Amino acid sequence: MREPAGTPLVEVRDLKQYFNINVGLFRTKPLKAVDGVSFAINRGETLGLVGESGCGKTTVGRTILHLYKPTGGQIFYDGKEIVTKADIRSLYTKTAMVFQDPYSSLNPRMTVADIIGEPLDVHQMYKSKEERQEKILDLMAKVGLNSEHASRYAHEFSGGQRQRIGIARALAVQPEFIVCDEPVSALDVSIQAQIINMFDELQRDLGLTYLFIAHDLLVVRHISDRIAVMYLGKMVELAEAKEIYDHPLYPYSKALISAVPQPDPDVARSNQRITLSGDIPSPLNAPSGCPFRTRCVYATEQCAESMPAFEEVSAGHFVACHRTKEING
Amino acid sequence: MALLEVQDLRTSFFTDAGEVKAVNGVSFFLERGKVLGIVGESGSGKSVTAYSIMQILAPTGRIIGGSVKLDGQELVNAGEKVMKHVRGNRISIIFQDPMTSLNPTYTIGHQIMEAILLHTDRNRKEAWDRAVEMLRLVNVNEPERRMKQYPHEFSGGMRQRVMIAMALACEPDILIADEPTTALDVTIQAQILELMGSLQKELGMAIIMITHDLGVVAQMCDEVIVMYAGSICEQGTAREIFYNPRHEYTKGLMKSIPTLNTAGKRLEPITGTPIDLLNMPEGCPFAPRCDEAMRICIRKAAERQQINEDHAAACWMNLRPDRQTPEEEGGRHA
Repeated sequence: MREPAGTPLVEVRDLKQYFNINVGLFRTKPLKAVDGVSFAINRGETLGLVGESGCGKTTVGRTILHLYKPTGGQIFYDGKEIVTKADIRSLYTKTAMVFQDPYSSLNPRMTVADIIGEPLDVHQMYKSKEERQEKILDLMAKVGLNSEHASRYAHEFSGGQRQRIGIARALAVQPEFIVCDEPVSALDVSIQAQIINMFDELQRDLGLTYLFIAHDLLVVRHISDRIAVMYLGKMVELAEAKEIYDHPLYPYSKALISAVPQPDPDVARSNQRITLSGDIPSPLNAPSGCPFRTRCVYATEQCAESMPAFEEVSAGHFVACHRTKEING
Repeated sequence: MALLEVQDLRTSFFTDAGEVKAVNGVSFFLERGKVLGIVGESGSGKSVTAYSIMQILAPTGRIIGGSVKLDGQELVNAGEKVMKHVRGNRISIIFQDPMTSLNPTYTIGHQIMEAILLHTDRNRKEAWDRAVEMLRLVNVNEPERRMKQYPHEFSGGMRQRVMIAMALACEPDILIADEPTTALDVTIQAQILELMGSLQKELGMAIIMITHDLGVVAQMCDEVIVMYAGSICEQGTAREIFYNPRHEYTKGLMKSIPTLNTAGKRLEPITGTPIDLLNMPEGCPFAPRCDEAMRICIRKAAERQQINEDHAAACWMNLRPDRQTPEEEGGRHA
């Protein structure tokens, strides 16, 4: 599915995104939502991004698309660094985002045709009214919506159909790269499968590249070529989807993958689950050194002193842990 | 006698747009110490079934028929006095969202003690001790200090622990858990499910687990009820439901979920959109989305058939002579 060699379509190096949070009347404190993350996504690939709520996975997605101005680090698109306003504007015409909640991400006062047509208007992607209408109907057909739905409003649709509208809107600019932020988690199981299949088909037909953010690990495993795990603003592991499931190296990834409830009674009851104690710390008071050390059974003094480097330990398998060798034999 | 007997329960909501038959003839037994899962999509009536048992329906909702018996005592039309004794004391409920089910203006201790003071004759000192004991039971560190804190000082997983402590403070016979881990992260979900499992064994209570997550059901439940559009399509032991599904909707659900073995393959979704409860079809509610639907399915809903001792389903397919012995068919047991 993906080309191993060549320039990655999207690459970030040491990406940082801090938000200033009020902690007193006149005091602010930086919340390090994303703190020094580096990775690349190849053309035609799906990179899954998982982690607990508040770990920064959504912020990574939004910062890559320059919906937030990054605090630090570099973003490359197709080998070219995004620096100037013109770069950003050109990035907006090649990328798009699909949001989690199809109920709040569509304007209730606009018809389906106008919701899908808005990006076309913004980027002046048509010459005549007829061409605009034609493009809208074409987009609707791509996501399996009827042309008679064009003049209706979002509230007349079910969750799955609203998500189709959101995807049609994302496709309007003919993007190469789409950030999908929990696109199926608000949907019922039977509808979820329809939308997942559609993502697959669109990728094949249009050659799309996805950053697929989700907390449902079975969905991510199904759709992704590679999977990255984040914890408290840091990327802690990245590998081929099968590799990370079969041989997770980072202690948090191990716990996360073992905790997935398998839809099979015999498997679910015989699984050795690694149950973590405690909660994820607040990113405002992130621990020193390795972010996971407060919940990690393998943590030593070294883990408190310094953040381990994000290193390739076997072909394509990256992990940031001081004790990878000792823990994994 | 079963601990809880629900017979032909019917609950409707009377809205401006018409009558919504949210629960449409649901019957089941719950034995002491068992974990029963109710699965279904949004609008299938799984939560309304639970709210009907507790009689905590929204003002537009009403139980219009059927019976709910707790230890043989009829609860439908039993009156508010009886129900006040039942709720929290005999049957407790925890909700999906621990963020909104705690009162932000009272301390955690106050809220746990409230239930104890209401349902037992303990005095304030004894209620305090009991609340601390409950927090310790659900693995909250430093319970004495935590008692004096407010809900906003607790994380999501911790709040759900507090809800469980509150629900179990009066040692109910039945705990209803309505999507208890849906709002939580995967590793926190594992903690809470493990806690519920061990408390269930320790205290010997029965649990009704309402969820849409088949993984949670597979892990936790002895028996499973599958609901669609207000009716039960299938019920049986967890192994029967997962390995030998006998209703087309259950089969469709099992096939549509991604598993470790589906990577790179197409999923097999159920086609169509969820049912509109205001415009229910005449026959089987699943017929419009069912690939196998026959003429009779559209005319008339199937009666419940006993497949074996541990398993019943309401699907005409089971009565087709050529489909009588599909013991291996349909399941995902490799």
